[in-house]
Amino acid sequence: MIDWIQIFSNAAQELISPTTAAYALAALGLAIHFGYTGLLNFGQAGFMALGAYGYAISILSFGFPVWGAVLVGIGASVVFALILGIPTLRLRADYLAIVTIAAAEILRLTFTTNTFADITGSASGLQGYKGGFADLNPIPTGSYGFGPFTYNAYDWWIRIVGWSLVVILALVTWLIMRSPWGRVIKGIREDEDAVRALGKNVYSYKMQSLILGGVYGTLGGMIFILPRSVVPANYQTSLTFFVYAILLLGGAATILGPVIGSVIFWVLLSFFSGFVARAVEAGWLPFMSQVQAGQLRFILVGIAIMLIVIFRPQGIFGNKKELAFVK
Amino acid sequence: MSSNVTPTSTPVKTTGLHVGDAGPGCRKVDPILIADNVRRTFGGLTAVDVEHVEVPRGAITALIGPNGAGKTTLFNLLTGFDKPDSGKWEFDGRSLAHVPAYRVARMGLIRTFQLTKSLALLTVLDNMKLGAKGQIGENLFRSFLPFLWRKQDDEIEAKALEILARFKLDTKKDDYAASLSGGQRKLLEMARALMSDPTLVMLDEPMAGVNPALTQSLLDHVLDLKSKGMTVLFVEHDMHMVRHIADWVIVMAEGKIVAEGDPHLVMQDPAVIDAYLGAHHDADIGTTDTEHVEVLKELIDDEQ
Repeated sequence: MIDWIQIFSNAAQELISPTTAAYALAALGLAIHFGYTGLLNFGQAGFMALGAYGYAISILSFGFPVWGAVLVGIGASVVFALILGIPTLRLRADYLAIVTIAAAEILRLTFTTNTFADITGSASGLQGYKGGFADLNPIPTGSYGFGPFTYNAYDWWIRIVGWSLVVILALVTWLIMRSPWGRVIKGIREDEDAVRALGKNVYSYKMQSLILGGVYGTLGGMIFILPRSVVPANYQTSLTFFVYAILLLGGAATILGPVIGSVIFWVLLSFFSGFVARAVEAGWLPFMSQVQAGQLRFILVGIAIMLIVIFRPQGIFGNKKELAFVK
Repeated sequence: MSSNVTPTSTPVKTTGLHVGDAGPGCRKVDPILIADNVRRTFGGLTAVDVEHVEVPRGAITALIGPNGAGKTTLFNLLTGFDKPDSGKWEFDGRSLAHVPAYRVARMGLIRTFQLTKSLALLTVLDNMKLGAKGQIGENLFRSFLPFLWRKQDDEIEAKALEILARFKLDTKKDDYAASLSGGQRKLLEMARALMSDPTLVMLDEPMAGVNPALTQSLLDHVLDLKSKGMTVLFVEHDMHMVRHIADWVIVMAEGKIVAEGDPHLVMQDPAVIDAYLGAHHDADIGTTDTEHVEVLKELIDDEQ
């Protein structure tokens, strides 16, 4: 017999999980890059890795306070964005795509290699950096909440910080996208030569967009590691593609899209993985082993996303009118 | 096509623009744009090789020439969208060499494109507002503080609406630019260029693909630019339009300036006829390029 209550309560937990918040932040950054500016950044995993490693290494190797570690992470991603942007933003969009995907892989492999094992922890990664963040927690120790949402003080603290950050950055994005700055950014997405002919420094705007969206990804990377440890294998290219899936699911040039997209993605993923695992246990899928069942969830999520992209190509929050015209 | 269009009014031509005899590279009384020895090659092809050219201020100058003459390339060079191999050129006394395109635009030299570049998924009004210069809210750090830029933005919007009304696009202001017709997009692009109060407007084939009904309105707008004190330089293939509104004509062929002068006189210049038809156009070589013959017939008919 399948324990439906357990499956649904596990799925419901993803509604407010810090991982969902982390992916929402990364997707919001990608919305600035891809949805609003038209930059094909395939290296969002790299920006997230810089957040994770920048934060963890600052604390573990250099004993920085939390705010210092956050600044190091942000600084690293600004430098990363400059290194990526300076040679490629003058070129066509596809060059940035190639360079970012390669740069993110270089970062991951650098963090994985044994050469820097003292600092990066190599393939086994880093842990033990949570002390400073936990000390800032104003919630007294204990267990709070109801039903599936019962967590201890630290878990609530991560969720509060993570989702506050999502709300604040969503508001900031909303404000800047309805300003004249946002107008220039959207103009660049449509035709950068036209915007250049109107006296705007397109290169500088694209760089600002790349840095800003990258910093969102970096903050997402920091939230991502608070409930777990830093493991380089988490920052593979597939991470970037999951974030893209979330973005397209919600709507590329929207504010709520990436946030709600992330919620839907993680709830669905948790639901499918719980359902398939228990269905195999119960003998409903005799042709499948437990290991295969673990992979099936990604196939099912993939199908769900394909259906959305086919039948609602603008995403959940996208504007249908924007698709009425083929560019 | 536009030969059926009867001009609503005869525009006032500006005369006495040049010093000495009219000819390729002749000096102007008050030039706004001067180019010297501007050369651009693509591999073995010399696309532009202009020894000297001056564009007169406060007049409408047409740049004509057969396809592949280098007109658009010259436009790109002058506006910073392309870099020449050598040469120097200046606008309003300021050198434009190595000045990026966006700075050229800020100096007051605004261009449009042969293939219209309306920003499809922005509304018509947003297209217009993007054209304004020196916007406070275009700085990232000020952008999320609306009280800093709100007032300026309202002023820009009022100006945009006023220009849109002149171009009869005001009813379309909330539509995406993608929903406009080709001719309306040309109008929008020209209207957008006016948002920055340019001193020199460079129009790359403003009439291409525009239906005859809109042509007249576009012509009037170009004339209107001049009456508002702007200088206009435009590329055009339509000889009737050139003759109708241009005060001065510069003819290019194979990258060089081959003739210059008053629009009525320059078309009788043998160099112009050679440029369009080839030097041996009257020699019978069996086949003829019908399109060019038609152009010539039109020219002759019109002169008579």
